[in-house]
Amino acid sequence: MNVNRRPLSPHASIYRWPLNAVMSILHRATGVGLAVGAVLAVWWLLAAATSEVYFGFVDSLLTSILGELVLVASLAALWYHCCNGIRHLIWDTGYGFNAVSVAWSGRLAIAAAIALTCLTILIIQ
Amino acid sequence: MTYRTGYSRVAGLGSAREGVRHWWLQRLTSVALIPLSIPFVLIFGASLGQGRDIAIQAFGHPLAAVATILFLVAGFHHLQQGLQVVIEDYVLARRTATILHIINLMLCWAFAIVGIFAVARISFGLAG
Repeated sequence: MNVNRRPLSPHASIYRWPLNAVMSILHRATGVGLAVGAVLAVWWLLAAATSEVYFGFVDSLLTSILGELVLVASLAALWYHCCNGIRHLIWDTGYGFNAVSVAWSGRLAIAAAIALTCLTILIIQ
Repeated sequence: MTYRTGYSRVAGLGSAREGVRHWWLQRLTSVALIPLSIPFVLIFGASLGQGRDIAIQAFGHPLAAVATILFLVAGFHHLQQGLQVVIEDYVLARRTATILHIINLMLCWAFAIVGIFAVARISFGLAG
């Protein structure tokens, strides 16, 4: 009887992911995802170096709705990976690696990534 | 004094005799990529959809070309290292992992070289 009343933790149905766990996974996911952006950028550069017709084809693909969506996602991924990466670099020096610092630096990194993404889009449009 | 067992030496387990090279180069490329990302993102973003002449003019400028080539070198090295760690972490089957490591190395080198070639061709005025 007693056994059944003991709390189960983390209980699968009510488990809330800690911010730092989500950010850690997002760092890796954005890193892998940026491979797509890198390949598209190189493809575009190669097209620019090749011919008018080929450039028109690749450029129109990248500026289509789906292309823009992938590129904006890549931009956001780049700035997130950059901001959270700076966090990792600071941790590597031994600073900021405690519960309080990690909590606010995580929120700051997310806010900075969003701000940089918006700022970049404003500048380049 | 070694703590490795005879079996682990025969099986090739343990230290890869690489030291901190991988870790250190990943940090160095990450630091380099912070400033290098900015000009690339801005030049690429601003010349997207503006026609080939604008793209060639933008990436043909010596500073833009050099910054882009540095970005490609640091970026693809960093990408190769990151993907290598992901493969090491998630792919447990040794043969599959080895094949993926080879594909990863080849593709990252290939795309970096293609990108550098493209920028060089544009910058040297050969892409008229």
